[in-house]
Amino acid sequence: MVFGSVLEGHMRRWSRAVTAFALAGSALTVVPPRSAGAAQSPPAAAAASPAGDEVAQLRGELEALRQEYGGRMAAIESRIAALEGGRATEATPAAAAPAGSKVFNPDVAAIGNFVGAAGKSPGGGEPSLNMQEAELSFQAVVDPYARADFFVTLSPDQVALEEGYITFPTLPGGLLTKVGRMRDAFGKVNGQHPHTLPFIDRPLVSKNLTGGEDGLADAGISVARLIPNPWLFLEATGQVYRGESEIFKAPTRGDLAYVGHLRAYQDLGESTNVDLGGSIAYGHNGVTDDTTTRLLGVDATLRWKPLRRSIYTHFLARGEVAWSRREEAAGALGSVGGYGYLEYQFARRWTAGLRYDNSERADAPWLRDTGGSFIVTFKPSEFSLVRAQYRRTSFAANDSPANELLFQFLFAIGAHGAHPF
Amino acid sequence: MRLVSIAALALLTAAPPARAAVNVMTATEDLADLTRQVGGDRVKVESIARGYQDPHFVEAKPSFILKLAKADLLVVVGRELEIGWLPPLIQQSRNAKVQVGAEGYLDASLTAKILEIPTGQITRAMGDVHPLGNPHYWLDPGNGRRVAKAIADKLSRMAPADAAYFSTRYADFDKRLAEAEKRWDAMMAPYKGLKTVTYHRSWPNFVDRFGLDVIGYVEPRPGIPPSPRHTIDLIAEMKRQNVKILLVEPYFDLKTPQSIGRETGARVLVMPPSVGGEQEITGYIKLFDYDLALLVAAIRETGAK
Repeated sequence: MVFGSVLEGHMRRWSRAVTAFALAGSALTVVPPRSAGAAQSPPAAAAASPAGDEVAQLRGELEALRQEYGGRMAAIESRIAALEGGRATEATPAAAAPAGSKVFNPDVAAIGNFVGAAGKSPGGGEPSLNMQEAELSFQAVVDPYARADFFVTLSPDQVALEEGYITFPTLPGGLLTKVGRMRDAFGKVNGQHPHTLPFIDRPLVSKNLTGGEDGLADAGISVARLIPNPWLFLEATGQVYRGESEIFKAPTRGDLAYVGHLRAYQDLGESTNVDLGGSIAYGHNGVTDDTTTRLLGVDATLRWKPLRRSIYTHFLARGEVAWSRREEAAGALGSVGGYGYLEYQFARRWTAGLRYDNSERADAPWLRDTGGSFIVTFKPSEFSLVRAQYRRTSFAANDSPANELLFQFLFAIGAHGAHPF
Repeated sequence: MRLVSIAALALLTAAPPARAAVNVMTATEDLADLTRQVGGDRVKVESIARGYQDPHFVEAKPSFILKLAKADLLVVVGRELEIGWLPPLIQQSRNAKVQVGAEGYLDASLTAKILEIPTGQITRAMGDVHPLGNPHYWLDPGNGRRVAKAIADKLSRMAPADAAYFSTRYADFDKRLAEAEKRWDAMMAPYKGLKTVTYHRSWPNFVDRFGLDVIGYVEPRPGIPPSPRHTIDLIAEMKRQNVKILLVEPYFDLKTPQSIGRETGARVLVMPPSVGGEQEITGYIKLFDYDLALLVAAIRETGAK
């Protein structure tokens, strides 16, 4: 037992200290002040020398010795007391062999996203079998002030930085600040990586109004602050972007894009909660030098998850609506779209979902696409899932609806940081 | 001795608590009660997880962010038990005091006796294995004592003026726990080596302390739900070894355990591993009182050995 040998070692040293101390003490009492008898070094031989200054020197040495051992004894006693207080704590083995500065390597994970599709769709739709992307994540603490997260997506024909930013979690004023490339805080679905979405595709409103297949992401600075109030969780986020995304194109350096988001959250008991959000995004759209696009969005989520059975069942209802006002050379185009989604977990590994889509197109508001999806997800573990989605879409430009079956394999290896709620 | 400590306590509590209480958040209700035991009225304590909830899967709700934002001290179970939900909460709390490694962050596992630290290669093929050892260590009263000590020391550093108060409270808790341990040891003495099966690997420290023998788990691997093949094997093994006690944490489904119980004649016990797991389990010492009483009653009724 590690503890035993440590204690034994202490005891041995302790008894040696006691002996030395006792010897020193007896020497001191034996030698009368200002009288004959001081020592060569071993204190036991003290009485031999007659010189008075040697006596003083000896006294000094003894005092030093006493202090040294006294201090050590106090330390040892307190350690023994601590050990006894801990009732024979076994020394906890080191978790892993120290690997030098390698321990500072970031958490690395790879997430594979394989998507297959069958059925007819105008314009082709998703490929029949496709390794849509592999996401690599690198996450670590930078220094006492910041952490960094990188998400790199690899697809068969390109490598892209999906996100890469530094986060300062403890700036004065409660400003949670991020700097880098990140997904815009516009609504709920835009902020999510493909592997955290509850469906295989993004809703029509994302594709038509708010950023296309991949959503809005850009280089910029984000600041988020909690707004103190006695009633609910309220967080305001302000972001400034370069203006280079699916929606925004800055003609000159000064034409930045701006995003604002307000989130309100409230528990309605321990199982149920509501989450409401409002978003605004504004920037130049690049049609001409001074045309802009303005997006407004609202989102609402109701969640239910009983704590005693939290791994077996939950229910979620979510809706998002977005309005787009896009200026073009001939005038402004206004369009609206949204989706509604219901999700129910009916067994530990099984979840079913239902989504309704309805959205106009930002550049052609007179065209309205609608769709519906039924989604089933099977999760063998936290680290993998298999998903099937039946999707029926009525595109405005086509007479007959597209009926498609999508399926997905998602699998993660490595250490991937937990996602925000 | 007790009189002296009570008198000391009375004297200390008689002094008006002019200082603001230390605001403590804990990951679980066990840690919250241990903090309350040593912190008394000089602390304000709240737990994030409830005792009847699976502590591996807590939702990182924004309402917890608000609470963490105001905390002076965060006490966590550690050993990566909270890895799926606590990091985003800490980050979004914007609270420098409770960031990992800061003065107000206390990993309670650091002074505890940890079991099942894996040696050799581990992979996720082994299920939800904890690379830093089994995080359910609070189920050994010895660890409760160590954690209480660590919390008392931490509180004393944070509020030095109350250090004597905390150490008196700790000494009192230590004494009450030691008395309770004598009681528990006497209760369990006749049943050393009793064979049991548990749902999840939540109990290694508990069985180690009270001399039980876990011969199998309902989960084929940690965190992996029961499979028919494994359940059949488990039933056969339980019959072979005549196991009459099956322990299930309150957050697991009872269907498989109950069918195992029917097949083997074993008693299925819903045994809370945490304070708050049942309404009457209001504190750390009561947790063991409740669990051991439940266990002993079942052993007597089933005649288990």
